Amino acid sequence: MARLTESNVILAKEIIGRYPKARSATIPLLHLAQEQDGYVTDDAIRHVGELVGATPAEVLGTCTFYEMFKREPTGTYLINICQTMSCALLGADDLMHHAEQKLGIQAGQTTPDGKFTLHHAECQAACTEAPTLQVNYRYRFRVTNESFDELIDDLAAGRLDGEIPPHGTVARVRQHIPAERAVGAVPPEAVTGAPVWITNAADAEAKQ
Amino acid sequence: MTTGTTYPHAPGFVAGDRPRIVTSRFEHADSFTLDRYLATDGYEGLKATLAKTPIEMHDDVKNATVLGRGGAGFPAGVKWGLTPQGKFPRYLVVNGDESEPGTYKDRLLMERDPHQLIEGCLIACYAAGLSQCFLYIRGEMALAQERVATALNEAYAAGYVGKNILDTDFSVDIVLHWGAGAYVVGEETALIESLEGNRGMPRLKPPFFPAAIGLYGQPTIVNNVETLSNLPWIARNGAAAYTAIGTAASPGTRMVAISGHVKRPGVYEVINGTTTFRDMIYGEDFCGGIRDDRELKAFVPGGGSAPWFLPDQLDIPFDGRTIGAAGSMAGSGAIMVMDETTDIPFAALTLCRFYAAESCGKCVPCREGGSWLEKVLTRVIDGNGTMDDLEQLYAIGESICPGDFPHASSEKLGLTAVPFPYKMTTICFVGPSAYTPVHSALTLFRDEFEARVGPARRLIPLTVAS
Repeated sequence: MARLTESNVILAKEIIGRYPKARSATIPLLHLAQEQDGYVTDDAIRHVGELVGATPAEVLGTCTFYEMFKREPTGTYLINICQTMSCALLGADDLMHHAEQKLGIQAGQTTPDGKFTLHHAECQAACTEAPTLQVNYRYRFRVTNESFDELIDDLAAGRLDGEIPPHGTVARVRQHIPAERAVGAVPPEAVTGAPVWITNAADAEAKQ
Repeated sequence: MTTGTTYPHAPGFVAGDRPRIVTSRFEHADSFTLDRYLATDGYEGLKATLAKTPIEMHDDVKNATVLGRGGAGFPAGVKWGLTPQGKFPRYLVVNGDESEPGTYKDRLLMERDPHQLIEGCLIACYAAGLSQCFLYIRGEMALAQERVATALNEAYAAGYVGKNILDTDFSVDIVLHWGAGAYVVGEETALIESLEGNRGMPRLKPPFFPAAIGLYGQPTIVNNVETLSNLPWIARNGAAAYTAIGTAASPGTRMVAISGHVKRPGVYEVINGTTTFRDMIYGEDFCGGIRDDRELKAFVPGGGSAPWFLPDQLDIPFDGRTIGAAGSMAGSGAIMVMDETTDIPFAALTLCRFYAAESCGKCVPCREGGSWLEKVLTRVIDGNGTMDDLEQLYAIGESICPGDFPHASSEKLGLTAVPFPYKMTTICFVGPSAYTPVHSALTLFRDEFEARVGPARRLIPLTVAS
């Protein structure tokens, strides 16, 4: 299962086309695969390799380096609780204990119904709003035990479906470069001189 | 009582009665839209730039002395000038992989004012002859990615990005790229490796810096989001107006995130070079003092990688050189405050384990040293440590950073400052950063560690009682 679908292959090719070298699209394409299946499957690794011109081993090497790529099924909602200094100073440890109690799992585990995965996370760049967590990379600030419970109940009841997409989807807006406005990516070896605005400016100066 | 204004649409940000260069639009709830941007001088800096020659614009940025806001503080105009003559294409890579503990400003700038960043990218590309721009945003920042993607789509449609920008001969594509969770990718050569589709491991430098050999082996300028966000203002108002704010060595403003045990944690745009730590931590229009009016115990002045300061250092201004001489670094503009109730060994552990976890594994002293620091420190905190362990922590640190390690001065402890920087056995700063909090905590608060350990004892008895 789980090569990229036809429509995702079209999207993948559009993404690859923006880079001077196809390999640069490896991480965006792995995100696409994870968005499709909720995690990165072996078939997706092979397919991404075919698309960017890399071996499956090379794509796997890249994939396993990055913490966001999951290689096994992950809960619909991935809850990352920040444990770094600013959050730790303001009770992140207690929040994690409470989260483990509430969900009945330990950090790193997924609930039996496949709904929630709980993880320790490192600094999420919201340090003044400690303690923080992210649900599928959407922030919750100054989290208390009560607001955590409320969040879990809302997620379980589907009340936040509009705001928080299932795990795998990060940004819901994609860049689209219209063909008539695009400069286009050129392999570096095909470029021989300075950009035209630099040479034109130099020519104009020489004339003066 | 604290003064200053907060906005529900920009949680964390606090506006004060101070010049605002990069956060000028934050009061508008719709600051991220093209309409609001155009109504508030948006893309005027680009127009002013296109009316000049690339060399003139480059000189403006050089004269403004825009120091890099990512951590190293290298002047952007000088960096652009380090590309080898006549070698093309050259690329711009925008470092939006903000993940230094305590730091967040780039995220706010991307979420609240993406067009300002895009305009900054365009100005840099025009001035330095960079033919394609890659805007690398941290993977975990979903909202920032959405806002920048929307802004780019708007800017392309309106003719501000792409082919023949504003009907001139200037053409550049800006490609939105996003990461997947790796702190080390904030290091510029690791960022380039990641952008090439590889594991994000830093490249050996010197001799070759990205400006000479970078993305695809071509000259590449890597600039931080906040650095680039300053450029539209400079293009509109000129270098002289910029250097009129702050000091000659550190002009303009800086965004500083102050978190931890203060009354009003927040992100503030402060005047560079003159604002002191006392102003920021105790000022009424800043944090307003320590929570519950407790005593300040220590603070981290420039992100998790920075050696710690004591209350003795409160009157130091936020200026890279002064902070460096006092034994730490201004870094990424993140202050983390600890009050008198703080468990210092545990606080050090929360930073040490971050860097240990984020080691990419390329350099042995970092890969092994970081995790050993974490293990030994954990053992001490759990009450299973010995006095030898404290010396062991220094010994592990010595293998990552040989020689004197920077620290603050303290009248009470009889310490004189050891200035920044340190020597290191690793390619990048992740390894030394795992040691920094341990060294600071152990040097400045040794009694708290000693209270956790018993006298040195052998773990394996040499004689067995009969």
